Amino acid sequence: MNRPTNLTGNRRTISIAAMIGITALLSVLLPAPARAQSSGVTVIRDATILTVTHGIIEHGSILIRDGKIAAVGTDVAVPAGATVIDAAGEFVMPGIVDCHSHIAVDGSVNEGSVSVSSMANIADVLNPDDIVIYDDLAGGVTSANVLHGSANPIGGQTVVIKLRWGRPASELPFEGALPGIKFALGENPKQSNFRPQPPVPIRYPASRLGVEEVIRQAFTEAKEYKKTWDDYDRRKAAGEANLIAPRRDLKLDPLVEVLEGKRYIHCHSYRQDEILMLIRVANEFGFKVRTFQHVLEGYKVADEIAASGAGGSTFSDWWAYKMEAFDAIPYNAALMTERGVIVSINSDDAEEARHLNQEAAKAIKYGGVSPVEALKMVTLNPAIQLGIDNRVGSIDVGKDADLAIYNHDPLSVYAVAQKVLIDGHVYFDRSQDLAQRAVLDKEKQALVDKEKKAAEDEKKAAENSAKEPDKDAGKKKNPGKKKTDTTTKPPQDGAASAGGAR
Amino acid sequence: MQSGPTPTALLSTILLAAYFVCSALAIHAEGGEPPYFAITNARIFTVSGAVIENGTVVVAKGLIQAVGADSKIPAEAWIIDGKGLSVYPGLIDAGTDLGLPKSDESHGGAHSNVDRAHPAMGPEDRPYSTPWRIAADELKPDDKRIADWRNAGFTSTLALPSGGIFPGQGSLIDLGDERAGEMVVRSHDAVPLSFQTSGSFYGYPDSLMGALAYMRQVLDDTRWYTASEATYEAHRNGIARIPYDHTEHFLDKSLERQEIFLIPANNQVQIVRALLLAKEWNVPAAVWGGQQGYAVASAIAAAKVPVLVSLKWPAKGKDPDPEQEQPLRDLRFRDRAPGTPAEFVKAGVKFAFYSDGLEAPKDIRKNLKRAMDAGLSADAALRAFTLDAAQILGAGDVMGSIEPGKIANLVITDGDLFGEKTKIKHVFVDGRWYPVHEETPPDKPVEPKPARAAIDDVAASNSSNAAASRAAQARVAQ
Repeated sequence: MNRPTNLTGNRRTISIAAMIGITALLSVLLPAPARAQSSGVTVIRDATILTVTHGIIEHGSILIRDGKIAAVGTDVAVPAGATVIDAAGEFVMPGIVDCHSHIAVDGSVNEGSVSVSSMANIADVLNPDDIVIYDDLAGGVTSANVLHGSANPIGGQTVVIKLRWGRPASELPFEGALPGIKFALGENPKQSNFRPQPPVPIRYPASRLGVEEVIRQAFTEAKEYKKTWDDYDRRKAAGEANLIAPRRDLKLDPLVEVLEGKRYIHCHSYRQDEILMLIRVANEFGFKVRTFQHVLEGYKVADEIAASGAGGSTFSDWWAYKMEAFDAIPYNAALMTERGVIVSINSDDAEEARHLNQEAAKAIKYGGVSPVEALKMVTLNPAIQLGIDNRVGSIDVGKDADLAIYNHDPLSVYAVAQKVLIDGHVYFDRSQDLAQRAVLDKEKQALVDKEKKAAEDEKKAAENSAKEPDKDAGKKKNPGKKKTDTTTKPPQDGAASAGGAR
Repeated sequence: MQSGPTPTALLSTILLAAYFVCSALAIHAEGGEPPYFAITNARIFTVSGAVIENGTVVVAKGLIQAVGADSKIPAEAWIIDGKGLSVYPGLIDAGTDLGLPKSDESHGGAHSNVDRAHPAMGPEDRPYSTPWRIAADELKPDDKRIADWRNAGFTSTLALPSGGIFPGQGSLIDLGDERAGEMVVRSHDAVPLSFQTSGSFYGYPDSLMGALAYMRQVLDDTRWYTASEATYEAHRNGIARIPYDHTEHFLDKSLERQEIFLIPANNQVQIVRALLLAKEWNVPAAVWGGQQGYAVASAIAAAKVPVLVSLKWPAKGKDPDPEQEQPLRDLRFRDRAPGTPAEFVKAGVKFAFYSDGLEAPKDIRKNLKRAMDAGLSADAALRAFTLDAAQILGAGDVMGSIEPGKIANLVITDGDLFGEKTKIKHVFVDGRWYPVHEETPPDKPVEPKPARAAIDDVAASNSSNAAASRAAQARVAQ
C-alpha cells in the first residue's frame, strides 16, 4: 500500500516476477489434480501434526473422509482402500487462510472512478486461470479473502475463495462464507484522482474529512433506501393497488446488507485517528466493522478495536513505505493480540502469500508470541475474522481437510510445502510439479517448433504464389524486356534513380 | 435483346446469359431486371434437407419459388444451365462492420459520451451507451468490401456498430448494391456488448467488474421502467411520473423484441462467465468470440447458448521479441483455437462464424481451412455459415437454406464450396443476379467467342465491383 497510484499493494512487483518466473510458466495449466481419490478416503500418516487448537501430535495420522477430517491422533487405523500419504518426518498444519488478497481477479481490482463503488463485485470477475492461485497454493494457502482495492472510502464487494486450482470460477467461492465489502480510509481514497489532468475534475473526497463524510452520506442514503423498500413492501402486503416499486440500487443494496449484518466490512486503514473515526461512525449508524486491514497503528488503539469487536489483519514487518505507515512497528501483531484483538497476518500480495508461514514466525521474533499463537495468525484467526472457523483454521475432526504438509517446521525458514490439500484432495504436490516440468518443457518446445514450421511453410507458399504469376508475366514479356535490357545502358538506370531521389 | 422470354435451349453457357443481361442493363438500372431465374441441372445443397443431385432452383421476385428435381420453370425466367455446378445457400458473416463507417466519436460510438470535464460518476450516467444507434441507419452501400464479400459467396452479414458498452443495435443485412434500406433484412437484430472501461480512474466504469455492475444495473432499470411505465400510463393521476431515460427507452424495445445479446468472451474463463451472465440477465444471448471453446464445449452445450466464432485465430504478434518467453498457455491456445469448431460439432454447440475484422475474404477462407484441417467437416462448416447462422440471428425462417419462400440468396460454384480450386460463378442476393468474374488464366485458351472475350476483358478490369462491371459490359454490348 505504498502509493495511491498502485493501490493493490504490489510493492514487490519485481521480486514477484523474478520469483514466480519460470516455475510459473512451466506449471501453467498443470492438469487439474486427480480430484476424486476413488475411495474418498485418505490417510496422512506418521506426521508431526500442528493442530493449532489442541497441541502438537508427534507421529500422528489424519483420516480424511469425503473431504472432511474424520480422525486425528496417534492411533488412527487405515481403512482398506484408503489413499495413504506417508508424511514421516514431515509437518502438517491447517491450510493457510490469507485475510487480504487480490489474486484471481480479471481486470482491475479497483473501480476507482467513484468514491462509493459498492456496485462492483469481485465475485463477478473471478479468474480461476490466474497462475498466482497455483503459486499461493504452493505456499500452503488454501483460502483467501479476495478484496477490492482501496481507491474508495466504500469499495466493491468481496469474496472468500478456496484455492481450488483447475476448477471453474463458480467453484472457487468458499461455500457459506459471508460476503464482504472493502472500505478504505486515509490517503488512498483521498488521493485517488488527486491531481488529474485538466479538465478532469478532482474526485471527491480529497481530504480525510471528506472520506468520513462519504461514508456517512452513503449510509444515510442506504437507510433511506431501506425505508423506501420497507414502506413499499408493507403497502404491497396490505393489498394496495397500482404501486410503483422503488428502483433497485446496486450501490446501496450491499450497504443495506451491512446494516442487516449480512455482509462483513474489511476496512483498509493505517492511522489511529481514522480507525477511531470509523468505529464512531459504525456505532452511530448501527453497523459493525469485521476487520481493520493493515491497521499498522492498531497497537495504539487496540483496546478500542477489541471493544468494537473488530479483528486486526496486519503485515508482519512492512512499514515506512509512505507517510501514514511511518508509525508502524513489527510488534503490532503481538501487541494487539495482548490486548484481546483477534489478529491475522496477511499478504496483500501474491508473492508474499507464498510464505505467510514465515511471516507469522516473525511475530515470535518481534513480540514473543508463542509458536502456536503465531500459527493461529495465519490459520484460525483469519478464519474467525472471515466467519469460517467452523470449517477451517485448525486440524479438528469435522473440519474441512484443508491441509499443508511441509518438510520442516512451517515456522522455520527451511520449510517448503510438499503437498497441499483442499477438501481432502491434493491440489499441489511438489514432487508431481517437479516431474511435470520436463514434460511441459517438451510440450512447449514442440509447440514452438510447430509454429515456426507453419510460419516457414506459409512464407514459402506465399513466395511460390508470388513467383507463379511472375513466371507467366515473364514468359510473355521477356522477349521485349530482354531487348530493352540489352539496349539500355546502365548509366541510364542510375540517372533514373537519381531523378527519383531528387 | 430484350428481357422477355428467353429460349432455354439456346443458353448453353453461363456467359451467354451474362451477355443477355448485359444487353438488358439499361433497363435493369431502372429496376427492369427480370425477376425470374432458374438454375437447372445443378447439384443443390439445400442444407435444410438432402442434397439434390440434379435439380432446379427457381427464383422469383427475390424469393426462392421452387426447389427440386422437376421444378416448374416460369416462362419468363432466365435460365442458368447448372450442369457441373453446385448451388448453395448464400453465406452469412455473423459479425462485420461492412457498410458501416469507421467507428468514430462523431458517430456516437467509442468515447462519444466521454466528456473529460464531466466523467460518468456511476451507472446512472449511462456511460458508453448509445443503444439507439441502429447499424441499418448508418449503412453505406458504396463500401467496396461489400462486393468483395459477395464475390466470395457471402450474401448476408450481421452489421455491428462498435464503440462503447452498449454501442447500438446490429442489423442483419443482405449484400446487395441497391439502396441501403433495401439491404436491410432485420434492422433490430442483435445487441452487441463490450466490456469497455475508461482505462483510468477518470470516469465510470474503469474496471471489468464496474462494467458488469453497470450492465446489471441498466438491465434492472430497464425492466423497472417497463413495468412502472405501464402502471403509470394506466393510472397517471396521483402517481409520480416515470423519469425519461434514453438508454432504458431503447433497451426496453430490444428486450421486448427478444434481440440476441452478444457477450464478448474468447477465453474459457470469459466464456463460462458469459454463460452465467446470459442466465442471470435472462436474455437471448450468444457467446461472441468463443475461440477457446474447445476447453469448455460441453458446458456451452449444456447451457444451450450459441456461439459466434471469430475466424481471426489468435496469432503470434508481428515481429515479436525473439528473446521473449512464450507462455505455454498462449502457445496452446494458438495451437488449439482452430480446433474449436470441430469440438463444438462434437459437443452439440450451435455456432456461426464471423470475420471479426479480417481484411479480405481470402483470409476468411484461409482461416476456415485451418478449422477444417483441425477436423471440421465441410457439411458442418456449410451449416455454420448458413442455416445455423440464420437461426442464431433470428432469421432461420427467411434465410440460411434453399427452401421455397426463403430469400433467394444463393451461391453457385463449379465444385465443393470450400475446395481450394473451386470458383464461385454466380451469386444471387435477394433474387438479383451477380455474375462473379474470375480472371481467366492467360495461358489457357478460352472459347473463341468475340463477344465474350470483349466482356471478359472489361470485366477483369472491374472485377471488384459487380455493378460497375455490369455497367461497363452494357456499354460494350451497346
